[in-house]
Amino acid sequence: MTMDARRILVTGLSTYWGGRLAQALEAFPEVEAVVGVDNEEPQVELERTEYVKVGAQHALLRRVVEAAEIDTVVDTRLVTDSARTSPGKAHENNVIGTMNILAACSGADSPVRKVVFKSSTHFYGCEQDDPAFFEETMGRPHPPRTPIERDIVEAEASVNEFAEKHPEVDVTILRFSNVLGPDVRTSHTALFSLPVVPMILGFDPRYQFVHEDDVVHALEHAAGHPVPGVFNVAGDGVLALTEVAGLLGKQYVPMLPPWGTGLAAAALRRVGIKIPPEMLAQLRFGRGVDNRRFKATGFRYQHTTRETVLKLGEHLRLHPVVRGAQEPYRYEREVEEFLRWSPHVRNAREKSTAGLSREQLVELQRLLGSFADTAGITKGGDGEPDRLAAAEQRAAEAERAAEEAMDQARRAERAATEAGERASREAARLAEETAERAAREARFAAERTPRVGSPVEHYDDLAAEEVIALLASLERDDLQTLRDYERRHANRVRVLSAIDSVLARGETRV
Amino acid sequence: MAEPTRTPLSPRDDEPAVQSLVPSDGLKPHLPGVEPERQLNDWGRSERVEGVLDATVAEFFYRYWFRVEVEGIENVPAAGGALLVSNHSGALPPDAAMIAKAIKEEHAHPRPVNITVEHFFKGYPGFSMLIPKIGCVAAHPANVHRLLYDEEQLVLVFPEGRKGTEKLYKDRYRLRRFGRGGFVEAAMRARTPIVPACVVGAEEAAPVFAQLGLFKRLTGLLYFPITPTFPHFGLLGMLGYLPAKFRIRFLEPIEFEDEGMHEDKALVQTVAHEIRGRIQENLWDMLARRRSVWFG
Repeated sequence: MTMDARRILVTGLSTYWGGRLAQALEAFPEVEAVVGVDNEEPQVELERTEYVKVGAQHALLRRVVEAAEIDTVVDTRLVTDSARTSPGKAHENNVIGTMNILAACSGADSPVRKVVFKSSTHFYGCEQDDPAFFEETMGRPHPPRTPIERDIVEAEASVNEFAEKHPEVDVTILRFSNVLGPDVRTSHTALFSLPVVPMILGFDPRYQFVHEDDVVHALEHAAGHPVPGVFNVAGDGVLALTEVAGLLGKQYVPMLPPWGTGLAAAALRRVGIKIPPEMLAQLRFGRGVDNRRFKATGFRYQHTTRETVLKLGEHLRLHPVVRGAQEPYRYEREVEEFLRWSPHVRNAREKSTAGLSREQLVELQRLLGSFADTAGITKGGDGEPDRLAAAEQRAAEAERAAEEAMDQARRAERAATEAGERASREAARLAEETAERAAREARFAAERTPRVGSPVEHYDDLAAEEVIALLASLERDDLQTLRDYERRHANRVRVLSAIDSVLARGETRV
Repeated sequence: MAEPTRTPLSPRDDEPAVQSLVPSDGLKPHLPGVEPERQLNDWGRSERVEGVLDATVAEFFYRYWFRVEVEGIENVPAAGGALLVSNHSGALPPDAAMIAKAIKEEHAHPRPVNITVEHFFKGYPGFSMLIPKIGCVAAHPANVHRLLYDEEQLVLVFPEGRKGTEKLYKDRYRLRRFGRGGFVEAAMRARTPIVPACVVGAEEAAPVFAQLGLFKRLTGLLYFPITPTFPHFGLLGMLGYLPAKFRIRFLEPIEFEDEGMHEDKALVQTVAHEIRGRIQENLWDMLARRRSVWFG
């Protein structure tokens, strides 16, 4: 049932999930076209996704769907966190928007064969008499209590109705539990970023999280496989909130009273701690879901709930140090269109080479150097790449040194927060400054001294992923020899097939 | 670039084409693994809290206060799921803890027991935090099924439920109605045996003389009993048990091997009734043999 041609429409391209998913789908060679629609411009850099500025107007959407012969629609728009927007807007987006998108996919001659709907385990709500693990077939034991839950239930009802009316379309609903991760912003990441973890006195709710990468992979998995039906998506393992606080290295404080919790939450909102109503219910009763059905379709999680929390903890400790290191992406229509459509853009490959990070460049040079050594080939006589390599090597070393210094600073800062002492915080800031200076000096030194004999690292030290990551930027001849070398030594099937595919792609291009 | 660890986008040729219709039996192998670094399990049970209570309070009551004697411990299976069904009494019932402790102490393969409790506890501050940590699970059919069938554990239920703990001293050892037979249905669906258990002594250890409806409503508790020590010694008075002699008898297991038995409501009711009869009969037998409430 493999569909070799995949033309995918991602709705809600400007949302975090829409952007992430489009980026991920671009990397699959079997995906022919990725079209993203939204009212607002995308927030992330996209390579070949085409953005169409259209909201949930079904007539326009339908024209897009039909013109682009879309076979798969992935709906990522659902707002599952009422702190993000007003209840009215959320309702408009969640209920009316979903209806319109489904309307755009229906019709006798619609090319759509698959719809993936991103939903949330807020569908189940949180009540006193809940089961410990919700299964997909269970439904809600009580009518929804909060506006967001009501929206989700209504949206899912219209998706189900669509599925019944269109038996020829694969409809998948994925109910995601609370998401955590370094990039995504939710009410829960905000809650865990506080100096202490607030709790309701006398309650220790059970929580299940899913890592942001697993969310994207789950959407990919649903888009690429025939998995009709409803599935819970949540990491393995259910943690108690006290356990979560422990993993984050934070103290939990029962600052909300068990009675009159809503009033206390309203007071907290005044001081900037936003606890939306659906989260309040979760802080009281918690929720666990049975994630086995989706696993049975062949999906593998990369993170358990515990690992997800640990990852967030690492990020929260790191965040104050690296904050502002990256400029946020801004969508510029003219630039994007030039890059995609202008006949003067020579080579899509070149773009990706230019897109290599400094680190990857160094890896590449090291790879080439070591490879030439071991294979007994001397590189061409010009010293240009050599010097470049040496410079890059230096830069890498400098960067490593800087990183170490940063690390020290980080550690010092952690110590400072733990000790809670002003003096050590001062010391941390000092250390951080020194680290930065060290980094700057190192970089300067790297620029000044380009020519230093460098120890050649072995190609065999690189992991398969690292090698594969570098292949795209290698020349044809190098690839050939690399292939021979790999076959003679490590003979990793994955590396070999990756080289083959790069070679094959190169042929078609020439 | 696609990360190599993720699942491929298109199904491979060697994969079975459609796995989407998941068989209900096929989910057992997908249970999450145990993370050894954790102190709690997925139900919220804490080995540490349980261990501390087990070594102190439970140990004291089991050995020195109630001087528990156990018969028929071999009827509790050493492996696989099994549903323990027992009579129930006492304002803060001591019988559940003593049955769990008995299996830990006397059984050849000591196993943890999951005690089912009312949903009420999850909603009451304080209880909500403590109850799951000591191995109590809300009495939801889905919970019982998962524990019995998927996790193959021991589950202890009190089919009398609240009606058992509410009853007054004058009604002691008279079994109440056994719910709607939900416990039999759960065992049949999971195809696990039922092990009936009879506890003698708990009624005298925590006698309830009256129930105060007004205070029950004021405090939002399940019930508000008058016992020898409650309410005049405060909440800790709930633990003020009299030193009655405990005897626990495990009866022969009742096996359910056929599939789909749980759909036969008449059969479910009959079996529930029969189990209730057996427990009641054994209770009368144990009471008849008992010479003293305090010394056995």
